[in-house]
Amino acid sequence: MRVRILVSFKDSVLDPQGQTVKNALHTMGYAAVRDVRQGKVFELDLAGASKAEAERLVPEIAHRVLANPIIEKFEWEILKGR
Amino acid sequence: MTFGVVRFPGSNCDFDTVHALRDVLKRKTVLLWHKDHDLRGVDCVVLPGGFSYGDYLRSGAIARFSPIMQEVRAFAAAGGRVLGICNGFQILCESGLLPGALLRNKGLKFLCQHVQIRVENVRTDFTRALRKGQVLRIPIAHFDGSYYAPPRVLREIERRGQVVFRYCDPDGEVTAAANVNGSLNAIAGVRNDRGNVLGLMPHPERASERLLGSADGRGIFESVILSLERRGPARRRASAAKKARHDR
Repeated sequence: MRVRILVSFKDSVLDPQGQTVKNALHTMGYAAVRDVRQGKVFELDLAGASKAEAERLVPEIAHRVLANPIIEKFEWEILKGR
Repeated sequence: MTFGVVRFPGSNCDFDTVHALRDVLKRKTVLLWHKDHDLRGVDCVVLPGGFSYGDYLRSGAIARFSPIMQEVRAFAAAGGRVLGICNGFQILCESGLLPGALLRNKGLKFLCQHVQIRVENVRTDFTRALRKGQVLRIPIAHFDGSYYAPPRVLREIERRGQVVFRYCDPDGEVTAAANVNGSLNAIAGVRNDRGNVLGLMPHPERASERLLGSADGRGIFESVILSLERRGPARRRASAAKKARHDR
């Protein structure tokens, strides 16, 4: 089973990289862009894991390793059809 | 007393730190390997600067799972002195041994320059040879040094005197311009609540000799020595050094 985990800064944490991208987009004329938050994407291939196992394992891995809970949040999904 | 400097793959200030401790401060210093489970009986563990494990994922995030860090965690829990410099500070925050986290510098640039830091608390094992309000000129070299802690944590560490160093101008004033990496409350170094663990972004080992342009970093190591060798010579040496600084 393949899962995708998205890690990004909490809303309360300043994201200077996202700000820089936003400023670049404004410079290019994309005035509609109100805000940009940058994050990281992880795709995990879990050997023979059931949905229930993935639901136990993925948040644990994301919380312990992939995200720093002080500054980051995460969301995840199961990738279908792969 | 004996210092132990941990070497991770990607550490690059390990030799500088060993040099400062062994050759300048004349204390026995051993290198500790990241894969070992043995602290070799050292009295103080120093986590040096660098890019441990390439700093992939986040700065210091992988190093915290290394075998030696399990030992460092137990050592700190038993009251052992642990000093984290730059990447070492990031590792201590990632390990949960120190509060907060270090974010990308506000200007998105790697900063490699001398800065001034002000000593905020001298009642620590890492600053007792210094004066409150003393301004130290010490270099920084980091990409991720912008200190962050959630508001509640920030209030708590301020209240408990855990903020040990703040970025300041040469006169000791904390200004926005002096806070080069955008740290909250201009925090450059924090200790844990118990006081036996300290992390700071500036590199005291790079400012331990006149030859290097500043010897202001020495006082941090001298403080550790003073704390651990509660005997005459170190105390005299440290107080003599303190007096010398006063007299300058």
